Amino acid sequence: MSIDRRQFLAVGGAVVASAALAPGMRLIELAQARSPDQAVSNLQRWGMLVDTTRCSEGCSACVTACNKENGLEQDIRLDIRPQWIRKVTLRDENTGYVQTLPMMCQHCEEPPCADVCPTGASFRRADGIVLVDRHICIGCRYCMMACPYKARSFVHENLTDQRAEIPRGKGTVEACNLCVHRVDEGRIPACVEACNADGGKALAFGDINDPASDIAKRLATQQSAEIRADLDLNTGVRYQGL
Amino acid sequence: MAINNHKKLVLGAWIAAIVVIAAFFAAAYALSGGPATPVPSPLTGVYPGKGKKCVAPVAVMRRYHMQFLLHQRDLTVHEGVRTKRFLLTNCVDCHADPKTHSVLGKHGFCASCHAYAAVQIDCFSCHSPHPERVTTAFADDLAPQHSRLAEMVKATAITQIQSDPVDGSQ
Amino acid sequence: MKSIDFREIEGRSLGYYALLAFFGVLVLIGLAAAYYMETNGHHVTGMNNQIVWGMPHVFAVFLIVSASGVLNVASIASVFGRVMYKPLTRLSGLLAITLLIGGLCVLVLDLGKPDRLIVAMTIYNFKSIFAWNIFLYTGFIAVVAIYLWMMIERRMNVYTRPAGLLAFIWRLTLTTGTGSIFGFLIARQAYDSALLAPMFIIMSFAFGLAIFILYTMSAYSLTGRPLGDEILRRLKNLLGVFVASVLYFVLVYHLTNLYMTAHHDFEKFILLDGGVYTALFWIGQVLIGGVLPLVILYHPRLGHSRRMIALGAALVLVGAFCQIYVIIIGGQAFPLLLFPGKVVSSSFFDGVIGQYRPSLPEIALGIGGVAFALAMATFAIKILPFLPASLADADVDPHQTGTKATEAAHA
Repeated sequence: MSIDRRQFLAVGGAVVASAALAPGMRLIELAQARSPDQAVSNLQRWGMLVDTTRCSEGCSACVTACNKENGLEQDIRLDIRPQWIRKVTLRDENTGYVQTLPMMCQHCEEPPCADVCPTGASFRRADGIVLVDRHICIGCRYCMMACPYKARSFVHENLTDQRAEIPRGKGTVEACNLCVHRVDEGRIPACVEACNADGGKALAFGDINDPASDIAKRLATQQSAEIRADLDLNTGVRYQGL
Repeated sequence: MAINNHKKLVLGAWIAAIVVIAAFFAAAYALSGGPATPVPSPLTGVYPGKGKKCVAPVAVMRRYHMQFLLHQRDLTVHEGVRTKRFLLTNCVDCHADPKTHSVLGKHGFCASCHAYAAVQIDCFSCHSPHPERVTTAFADDLAPQHSRLAEMVKATAITQIQSDPVDGSQ
Repeated sequence: MKSIDFREIEGRSLGYYALLAFFGVLVLIGLAAAYYMETNGHHVTGMNNQIVWGMPHVFAVFLIVSASGVLNVASIASVFGRVMYKPLTRLSGLLAITLLIGGLCVLVLDLGKPDRLIVAMTIYNFKSIFAWNIFLYTGFIAVVAIYLWMMIERRMNVYTRPAGLLAFIWRLTLTTGTGSIFGFLIARQAYDSALLAPMFIIMSFAFGLAIFILYTMSAYSLTGRPLGDEILRRLKNLLGVFVASVLYFVLVYHLTNLYMTAHHDFEKFILLDGGVYTALFWIGQVLIGGVLPLVILYHPRLGHSRRMIALGAALVLVGAFCQIYVIIIGGQAFPLLLFPGKVVSSSFFDGVIGQYRPSLPEIALGIGGVAFALAMATFAIKILPFLPASLADADVDPHQTGTKATEAAHA
């Protein structure tokens, strides 16, 4: 993989900065407050940890927050309604044990959607967020065929009242982008914010490449699993209590 | 006899085709409002923008705004670069007509000129033509290099504004 | 060896123009349907977030698969040296091009953003099979066009064999690419199988030959040109072999799945309780598209009747359509397996069979594509010599020496 000058400077800057810092000092500020003119780098990888034991069946705070944040229209036929995040209920076939969890784009390291996309509109940003570049999406829906998580929606009709920061339009495919517009400002995704404020505090978000981050520490010390780990996609979203 | 019929058929087809084409042009002429009425200047009645000056000289913007936007679009989507200077949301924030809250419409900043130049814009099938977030980024605040501190202050301000209820509709 | 007398059809009868006009109307309706889908968005179709590929894709895959298969007739002559098929080579190449263009038109007009076709032609992700296919499809048209040129231009005839070989290899690659669109989808139970690529190739043999037989019989009957029994007998026997091969591949595909416990639910869905998909599989694909044509084509008496041969070929096409419908729509309708051992439910149709009802615009678009392919072929045989003046046994069978018919044709 080649890196251009901008990325090189970003990497170099980070290395110098980390060398200059006293050992043990947290790099979270550096990680989160990337300046707007600085490109994302693969030094970071944004991820999410879902503690399913804290996710209760009646709660859909994350879904409501996502719909509001991204301006996803709700008065629309269910089979074409966009759902970037959804609550899934699981019942064990043999034991009858019931649990519930949020499903969304799992932000794979090797995303099948990006593999099959003919134009490269589906891609994985250097910091691990899987996105659709709607400018070059031709609406072929091959990514929806390829996604193992049923994470994507297709915009089936004309839209008029999109939010200014969330451009969306007919004929393109979309999915959870970890609220990339918020992450770029150093904020956390809307679903995580809502879950921590109104929900069961089941969602955690952070840089899994930063050993000092809370999410990385939890991942290092607690059990967690990927959905469809058999596909070996190294997802950025992981689950506990499955 | 058969050959004669055939010739008549071909002749009839030609006449029918000519009539249809003539009717089409006549209709187009009638709908276009007849002979040359002067096209009004795109700038009459257009709200110029609330900033003191644009992010680049007007002549440069007129000629190259698409290149700027295109370049910025790839930087933003693929690399997460969100400098405000050529961000479409920034254009909309400044140029939206205070009365209609839009850059579209008859006197809209984008729409009026693009109608005049007969260049179709595809931006607003996805992007909102309305300003949504209150931004402090006007022309005098648009140095290409941002100090990190200033950005963080701005980000915090935006966070506060956004955490207020916003339903997105205008 | 005697030369074959290729001639343009006269094409000045009212019937000919009526046929072209009929195709033209269907094409216009198809275009109107595409425009309607495009301006309103895909919510006016039966497609949704569960069944993302619908009727247009069934038509497009049917046409594209058939396009590569129809070229087989030419390959048999140019690559495998069967002289008897030589008079059929030009039509075979022509139909290959027009069917492919028809299929591509349907595919492209169904895109969410067909106006961005230029993006698809200029920006590539070479890990995507779709991106390969853009080259395989356009390349196929070019290679077959060159092949046709070598065949039609007398000075170039010496290069027919290498051009034919290239076209043959290209078409095998192309169908591999089409099959791999599905075969490489790791996520879905119905796909994720390397078997799909060779299965698509054998499907193309059968579908393409069936179209070729029907087109030839119609063209020769409508233009009143002689068509011998011997050539039909060979073609229909070959079709029988291909139909049986398709059945064999379908059998192996399902046996493989049945052996794997993880795929039992999917097999149960297609073979037993999938409703319309089960019916289409057993009645449409296996019975109408497989068993019945085999009985007809190899029956000692029925197999000699022209009407019955035509019926057999038509049944193969009906079955082909059912088969592709079951593969594409049925394959998507079966829910993704996210949590083995769990019963899954959500507001996003997790764990339930996807619902799809084909809408009129989708079907109109698909039929428009078929009509466009046929219209192009029907127009082309008027302006260039694609069809032999006679396909009478005496004119095509190398073992017979000159007869009255040949002499008449050369006079």
